Amino acid sequence: MNVIEKMSSTEKLVSEFQRVKSSLKGFLSLREKAISEFERVGIPNRKNEEWKYSDASALFKSEFNVEGLKLKVGKHDIDKFLVPNLNASVVVLVNGIYSEELSSLENIPKGVVISSFAQALAEKPEIVATHFSKYADTTNDAFVALNTAFASDGVFISVPDNTIVKNPIHIINIISVGLPLVKGDKEGFLIQPRFLFIIGNNSELKIVESFDASSSQAKNVCNSVAEISIGEKSKVQYYKLQNDCTGVHLISSVNAHQQKESHFDTNTITLNGDWVRNNLNIVPDAEHCETHLNGLFITCGNQHVDNHTLLDHRKPNCESNQLYKGILDEKSIGIFNGKIFVRRDAQKTNAYQSSKNILLSDDATINTKPQLEIYADDVKCSHGSTTGQLNEDAMFYLRSRGLSENSARNLLLFAFAGDVIEEIQIEPLKIYLAELVNQRLKK
Amino acid sequence: MLSIKNLHAGIEGKEILNGINLQIKAGEVHAIMGPNGSGKSTLSSVLAGRKEYNVTEGEVRFNGKDLLEMSPEDRAREGLFLAFQYPVEIPGVSTINFLKTAINELRAYKKLPPMEAKYFLKLMKEKQALVELTTSLANRSVNEGFSGGEKKRNEVFQMAMLEPTLAILDETDSGLDIDALKIVANGVNKLRSKDRSFIVITHYQRLLEYIVPDFVHVLFNGKIVKSGGKELALELEAKGYDWVKKEIAAA
Repeated sequence: MNVIEKMSSTEKLVSEFQRVKSSLKGFLSLREKAISEFERVGIPNRKNEEWKYSDASALFKSEFNVEGLKLKVGKHDIDKFLVPNLNASVVVLVNGIYSEELSSLENIPKGVVISSFAQALAEKPEIVATHFSKYADTTNDAFVALNTAFASDGVFISVPDNTIVKNPIHIINIISVGLPLVKGDKEGFLIQPRFLFIIGNNSELKIVESFDASSSQAKNVCNSVAEISIGEKSKVQYYKLQNDCTGVHLISSVNAHQQKESHFDTNTITLNGDWVRNNLNIVPDAEHCETHLNGLFITCGNQHVDNHTLLDHRKPNCESNQLYKGILDEKSIGIFNGKIFVRRDAQKTNAYQSSKNILLSDDATINTKPQLEIYADDVKCSHGSTTGQLNEDAMFYLRSRGLSENSARNLLLFAFAGDVIEEIQIEPLKIYLAELVNQRLKK
Repeated sequence: MLSIKNLHAGIEGKEILNGINLQIKAGEVHAIMGPNGSGKSTLSSVLAGRKEYNVTEGEVRFNGKDLLEMSPEDRAREGLFLAFQYPVEIPGVSTINFLKTAINELRAYKKLPPMEAKYFLKLMKEKQALVELTTSLANRSVNEGFSGGEKKRNEVFQMAMLEPTLAILDETDSGLDIDALKIVANGVNKLRSKDRSFIVITHYQRLLEYIVPDFVHVLFNGKIVKSGGKELALELEAKGYDWVKKEIAAA
């Protein structure tokens, strides 16, 4: 039964590719290879170990429009998605399509390119060819393969050597059907933005990515893939905020490749949404790299949030830290799967991972699976995972001072989440997120 | 102010309090002494509303209201305060944020507007001085990494901030050296007034040298078996609890 379903939805997408491929801009052989890998692997169901708790095949029962719907969004519609005092360059994608009109770039240093991925494909094919599909693996990940085959728009950023991009780049994903569906026979949209960020040596870049899909419908799927190449001694921060994404199923794959002495810090915050799967694949591929992966998810109702991280330490003297925290209420489901490889050459690696969770209801579920695979003999690695309830003694202490049960609970949960919020290095973003988390906990 | 009648209570089916009777009027300080396991901490837990304890019989009225019917927060809002024997460490929750929330919820209960931030900070400073707490201490997470003495001072500081009408000090002297004991007792004495009553629970007479009670009660096997003035504490210190136990056995 499952096999037939998998075959059929996979096959449908393959035939869609054959139908639209002539309109895709370049890289045809790469796309052909990706779609054949997609066909071979197929849309994963629970039988696939990496998707054991997140049955993606269930999302692909309906038929999709693969060409993004162009939608009119007014400039003032963007205002409510902005982070106060962030002073960011704003890049807006509407249903995966870069909107020149809605985007506004601030203080872009000389030599920095921020454009649509479509434009980069057309105008900078050589640079794209050097990095496109080099860090995101199409051979084992069906969704990376699918995105790669269709990739036609998204965001392209290139930062030359010795350049600090001071203002953060805020990428806003607006996913909306907004209108009655145009094509009656297809129920949802498959939106597949592609991000390619190339950072030279000794440079800095900060990215904030957020979503708005609140006016959409849950049959849409957004399958995004980001590739980030980080040059020597460069520092990149990447914040992903999944707040208003109730109208879409999100599948995201962020793939970072680090060169010597580089820093990559990423923070994934999921507050509202329906079905979310985040894959983070990071390769510190040279000595003295530093990597910080933090995550926070607060779920209720029937929310499903799955975070998979993979850190592949290949070279000596690197350090990585991971802290993921979950607060789960009602019937929601959370998954944390963190894999760390320490290869034979990666001596003197320091790798730490921690997953901490609070279950607020008997019906909420957390599946947490830390995995360490170490092939070097002189390393410091640890991982830990805890799952518990709210501390009853602390609750009583607070209530005995006059705090209502709700205030006491919110204070304790906010403190629990605070460790992750504290890791945010952009002050206005930290303040904004602290407030969002506070509001979310009061819900 | 507080009226306890024939209070029976226990935990997990085991009865610990076997009919406590106690009347406390405004402005009085009552010391409750007794050997280990006599039910002293159970009494404070029941009064503060710890849900693990079950009341099987009797009643407790606080300013005429049924105390046992109230949630822990409503007891606090009505003016009850428990200084914990073991104050809980709460990482990530700042003392300032916690106390601001507490004070404003107490005020909301009394239909008062939230306290002005400026006045709140002034009040903090003033009350910290009462127990010689430094500013940096109050900026830290609630009790996190505090020494035993700091924790107890923090309890008295919170009491001073919340201005209860009835404060229960549950073995506030345990784990304190003599200097800390004096600071804590001094803080408590400054809070004594004709409208505020105290229940001081302790093993030892030592604390009562500094916080001089109006009445001393001896708790044994879940019952108050002897009551008297402050001299009863001295007598207990001299003769030990065995003296009381023998008296009971004889009776």
